[in-house]
Amino acid sequence: MTAAVFFGCTFIAFGPALALYIFTIATEPLRVIFLIVGAFFWLLSLLLSSLVWFMTRTITDNKDGPVQKYLLMFGVLVSVLIQEMFRFAYYKILKKANEGLKSINPDETAPSMRLLAYVSGLGFGIMSGVFSFVNTLSDSLGPGTVGIRGDSPQFFLNSAFMTLVIILLHIFWGIVFFDGCEKKKWYTLLVVLLTHVLVSALTFVSPHYGISLVAAYVIVVPMGIWAFFAAGGSCRSLRLCLLCQDKDFLLFNQHSR
Amino acid sequence: MLTFMASDSEEEVCDERTSLMSAESPTPRSCQDSRPALEDRENAAQWRGQDSEEDPEEDADRYVCSGVPGRPPGLEEELTLKYGAKHVIMLFVPVTLCMVVVVATIKSVRFYTEKNGQLIYTPFTEDTPSVGQRLLNSVLNTLIMISVIVVMTIFLVVLYKYRCYKFIHGWLIMSSLMLLFLFTYIYLGEVLKTYNVAMDYPTLLLTVWNFGAVGMVCIHWKGPLVLQQAYLIMISALMALVFIKYLPEWSAWVILGAISVYDLVAVLCPKGPLRMLVETAQERNEPIFPALIYSSAMVWTVGMAKLDPSSQGALQLPYDPEMEEDSYDSFGEPSYPEVFEPPLPGYPGEELEEEEERGVKLGLGDFIFYSVLVGKAAATGSGDWNTTLACFVAILIGLCLTLLLLAVFKKALPALPISITFGLIFYFSTDNLVRPFMDTLASHQLYI
Repeated sequence: MTAAVFFGCTFIAFGPALALYIFTIATEPLRVIFLIVGAFFWLLSLLLSSLVWFMTRTITDNKDGPVQKYLLMFGVLVSVLIQEMFRFAYYKILKKANEGLKSINPDETAPSMRLLAYVSGLGFGIMSGVFSFVNTLSDSLGPGTVGIRGDSPQFFLNSAFMTLVIILLHIFWGIVFFDGCEKKKWYTLLVVLLTHVLVSALTFVSPHYGISLVAAYVIVVPMGIWAFFAAGGSCRSLRLCLLCQDKDFLLFNQHSR
Repeated sequence: MLTFMASDSEEEVCDERTSLMSAESPTPRSCQDSRPALEDRENAAQWRGQDSEEDPEEDADRYVCSGVPGRPPGLEEELTLKYGAKHVIMLFVPVTLCMVVVVATIKSVRFYTEKNGQLIYTPFTEDTPSVGQRLLNSVLNTLIMISVIVVMTIFLVVLYKYRCYKFIHGWLIMSSLMLLFLFTYIYLGEVLKTYNVAMDYPTLLLTVWNFGAVGMVCIHWKGPLVLQQAYLIMISALMALVFIKYLPEWSAWVILGAISVYDLVAVLCPKGPLRMLVETAQERNEPIFPALIYSSAMVWTVGMAKLDPSSQGALQLPYDPEMEEDSYDSFGEPSYPEVFEPPLPGYPGEELEEEEERGVKLGLGDFIFYSVLVGKAAATGSGDWNTTLACFVAILIGLCLTLLLLAVFKKALPALPISITFGLIFYFSTDNLVRPFMDTLASHQLYI
């Protein structure tokens, strides 16, 4: 497969995440650290869920057949549950770290919980996307023809878009999740968990990618809107931003002259 | 090892007790060039000299020193933490670059994954029929390798104690010569072969000569900081590639584990060779050897002379440890006398300047062994990128934790144990548990 496919799919899947990283995270060392710790937590959750799946598979003695498929589905559901648990654990740890930072230097503005929600969501998303997609990407550089045995010829494109939507969803879930934890609205956590399970379960209908992809994008839009309002945005601020009328923009412009 | 550097002056006392409490005397200190005042030696900068004839680079891996300018306790902790995040990133970037170079080479150049014999330090072969025999051979290989390292370190400490500076300096120059010329030549040859690019000998000679000569100058004498850092990263990557090629499979993993245990022991035990080396250096008020430590120090700023009522003198000539470590003969004399005023709590505007002077140092051996771990994961992961990425993240997290401990304990710390432990755990668990799971998910196109 061509280099065009490789680069195209890479940028589709990771372009927004990379742009978000460059513009919002890369400038502040503390945010980079929290991002990597978030990625580490996702990795830990993956490790735990792989362990669970591996043990169930060993218990059933690796028999082939529908048992494996059900085990896989069980593994996926357990993995989603464990990911959300680790998200909660990361929230707790960040809360403690924030308090520690605040007590040590009260003058210095520690990062706010909303910012940390975004950073942690991005960390989870990047790690999740990378782990899902990078092996496929490296295979796309090798020789081969896609869809020669009747599979969908848009395999790479579908995977790239699915990875993108997963990354975006993780960001929004992170923001909404932390907001729910902060305001003690526990139903928020349940909604996040359920939508995550829904998105993962929809991928079971493969090879009919269209359904799962469209459904995931249908879920990401309201999730994004909810995250926007949970992060403190409002229609007014959005309008001001789009019309380039918000104060920071004006001040910035004046200074740059 | 990890190091913090601060501004200092020659007559200063590096006093870790005061650096921890430091309520009354906010004198800037540096652990690199000041005397150890106390027995507890928390501020001991340690440096491990060790040698395989190809690389002295392995030695400098455990050089840790943390100097904190004296300040009132609250402000001091604030500054420590404020510097902490920045210094973590200042180390993340070179470690990441080194690993990226190593992984890119491993994945593209086939030479470094082919087995073409073994080093003399690992004489036992692993081509044995039984698992037990293979394990035994790898353990024996590790024992030989570690004992070579220990012997060389002790040899270096003895040389240093008896002031055979010329010998040590010559030794270091010989090894960096070999790295910069011979290994670069081999590396360039293999890369050109992989991409089927023809290069004639005169061009090759010119390229390698320029590269090597500039490298020698930058590393051992003076040069732009960024160039020196780039060269140190490159030689660490070259050394790591040599290890990846010539260490047999199981021996490599056992050696990694054993090296981190040795690092822990050598840096923290009172009679460890590294500790003794550092104490000797501190007693003599000399800088530790150049060319074996990666320094992320920012350029010293020339500030205005200012009276510092709480410190010892009006003008303090700081060391430029960056320059100092290059000009080996200047025992404690700054190459560039720069005037610097230590910031005080009452002058918040100066804090920026203070911030610019502090840097972190990490020994090159740490770079090498981190890259060996990630490179081995890339080489043996059966084309799997997940294992490589997991090890990469694990090592970065370990480095982060080590730096956090450094900020908390303010004493010399080995940089290998935590990172290598995390890296090993994640390598084996990702390779055996996560990989089948992710492969099965990918084959069914499921997303979690």
